[in-house]
Amino acid sequence: MNKYTISGSPHVHSTENTRKIMYRVLLALVPALLVAIYYFGWYALRLTLITVATCMLTEWLIQKFLIKGPLTINDGSAALTGVLLAFNVPANLPIWMAIVGSVVAIGIGKMAFGGLGKNPFNPALVGRVFMLVSFPTAMTTWPQAAPIFDKGFFADAVTGPTPLGILKEAGVGSLAEAGNLQFLDMVLGNRGGAFGEVCAIALLLGAIYLICRKVIEIFTPLSILLTVFVFTGICYLIDPTQYIAPWYHLVYGGLILGAFFMATDMVTSPMTIRGKLLFGFGIGVITVVIRLWGAYPEGVSFAILIMNAFTPLINKAFKPKVFGVVKPSKN
Amino acid sequence: MNPIKTFKKGGVHPEENKLSADKPIQDFPMPKQIIVPLGQCLGAPADCIVNKGDRVLTGQLIGTAKGFISANVHSPATGTVAKVDVVMDHTGYYKPAVFIDREEQDEWAEGIIVTDELLTDIKLDSKQIIDKVKECGIVGMGGATFPTHVKLMVPEGKKAEYVIINAAECEPYLTCDYRLLLEKTQEFLMGVKILMKAVNTNKGIIGIEQNKMKAIELLDKTINEHKDLYAGIEVQPLKTKYPQGGEKQIIKAITGREVPSGKLPIETGCVVVNVASTYAVYEAVQKNKPLIERIVTVTGKSVKNPGNFRVRFGTPADLLIEAAGGLPEDITDIINGGPMMGKSVSVTNFPCIKGTSGILLMTLKEAQDRRQTNCIRCGRCAIACPMGLQPFLLHKVAKQNDFDETEKNHIMDCIECGSCEFTCPANIPLLDYIRYGKAKTGAIIRARNQK
Repeated sequence: MNKYTISGSPHVHSTENTRKIMYRVLLALVPALLVAIYYFGWYALRLTLITVATCMLTEWLIQKFLIKGPLTINDGSAALTGVLLAFNVPANLPIWMAIVGSVVAIGIGKMAFGGLGKNPFNPALVGRVFMLVSFPTAMTTWPQAAPIFDKGFFADAVTGPTPLGILKEAGVGSLAEAGNLQFLDMVLGNRGGAFGEVCAIALLLGAIYLICRKVIEIFTPLSILLTVFVFTGICYLIDPTQYIAPWYHLVYGGLILGAFFMATDMVTSPMTIRGKLLFGFGIGVITVVIRLWGAYPEGVSFAILIMNAFTPLINKAFKPKVFGVVKPSKN
Repeated sequence: MNPIKTFKKGGVHPEENKLSADKPIQDFPMPKQIIVPLGQCLGAPADCIVNKGDRVLTGQLIGTAKGFISANVHSPATGTVAKVDVVMDHTGYYKPAVFIDREEQDEWAEGIIVTDELLTDIKLDSKQIIDKVKECGIVGMGGATFPTHVKLMVPEGKKAEYVIINAAECEPYLTCDYRLLLEKTQEFLMGVKILMKAVNTNKGIIGIEQNKMKAIELLDKTINEHKDLYAGIEVQPLKTKYPQGGEKQIIKAITGREVPSGKLPIETGCVVVNVASTYAVYEAVQKNKPLIERIVTVTGKSVKNPGNFRVRFGTPADLLIEAAGGLPEDITDIINGGPMMGKSVSVTNFPCIKGTSGILLMTLKEAQDRRQTNCIRCGRCAIACPMGLQPFLLHKVAKQNDFDETEKNHIMDCIECGSCEFTCPANIPLLDYIRYGKAKTGAIIRARNQK
């Protein structure tokens, strides 16, 4: 036998691989995690470790004993789901709930469809929404941000409403009383909410890294943020006493986290630029509709999940322009 | 210097690895016996017109073109035909070939001028040039080996506005065209002039990637020094991006025109010719010298002495590898051509032919197929595709043998550049499946058209 490999071209490949992509996203989430630990202390760290461990273990168990296929837990994808899931819940969530959420996220959100790349919905959001409807009280009791240097690393968190919660319950007027109209605090993360979503600066830092490393493209987040800004801006112009200024909508809730880290999930979002823009527009509209007129104060998770369902249709509708083809054929 | 142009859609940038760029062309000595395959071009192999025991001269016709898309084959050496048999060529198949036992001294066939003198007076007219190109068996020497005279025959009702010389050399590693541009600048430019005369145009544009700055400057300088002689010839620097040298991409980059799907480049008024072929046209038309040799780049990361050799066809590749420092221990892949579109070969003693632009020796580390993982639908393949196709989709439907879908999704427009597979983070062999789908779909379309 001869010893030379016969294979089809190309014979060289880029050094990119799935694992690198996943680890880059994880790295991009580190600043937000550090801020979360600063404001929420041990609880934030503990919860993240638990969800990551549970997600990875769930994937391993399913691959080992149910699918009996190749093991892929070190590709970083399960860990990423764990981190994103943790980032979307209150820091003081009971541990067992976090475990249940993680099992659902990986088991039902991902592995039931065949694992990485096959899932139609973002697994972390599947887990989060499952927890939200199953444990509504625990999932909406938000700890307030309190720097660990003031209160200590292991201090119990004081719970309180989130800005969007106040907005939904009591209207625009009470936001100012609660001190939630300090834009700087909102951007730095000094507010109540899911611990990964509070600090817009840290999240944007990670997002810029991802865009520079070409892990994500700007189109989906840009489309989401613009849509939310314009939509809430119109409402604000119509009635500023009832609707809050659009720039607050950008930093409240989980919009930044959702737009840059979850709506950009490659598996569940469209592939073409036009598709991404439409996808982002849909997320923006649904988010605003839920925030302003829905039953929940926050709607980013639902909006992303709903648009995930449209992804295959968007992919079908928006195909890249083929070189040298003037009119796409009708059949 | 003209501002840099490029094609917009898709493309990748692999490591350039032009290891042999500064190595001057060396004449490679022929071995005792050479094996000249009769099928050296795209299309039908030539008909053998010599028999065992015949004495052949260097440059003598030994195989005549059979059919429209085919090219003549000439003897690269003087000697006696030992046998007409088959030989395993770079494709791994046994193909008919003429075995010639060589004599020490070249005795050139009648009418061939072997001096190095630059002949600037073009005596032939358009029709005669094309006939001469055909007679001399010139093919596209970038690797596709499409007969050049067929390209030059502009169909009725069409007009060639530009002659585009494809000097992009976008394949990593390869430097044969670059060296030819540096060392045979005037001859090459005369070749461009001849091609312009052949298709009756006064515009010739040389497209070169900007990583070959020395060649761009030299060509610019030479054209400026001989303004009258090379009137109408322009040098167009192109961005270093793969596949800049794809025929459709280079036309788009230079003229902004898109070759319509399923049509030939002449639809856009362009005739695209490779550097080595242009030089061969000069030699054929001005010196009556048929295509019997070319520059071959022998290279690879662990090759001791990568180089560019002027090789007569029929010289076995293993001698070239020997000359480049021998076959390193860690080589697992031997590629005929460049790493993006070249074909891997199973033997080292395949004969060099008209399309052998390079012999690339790749190490395990470089060429290893990495473990394939699930598609994560990142869409990078679609972004990288210079033809605007969706490789992930074509891969899927080709795998399912759904050839209606492959056709609908324009699989026949794929130029097999490999950008999709290069960029895939899940290491999916996209192009392997697309090639399969393309072959099947092409067969179905041909069968349908015959009805």
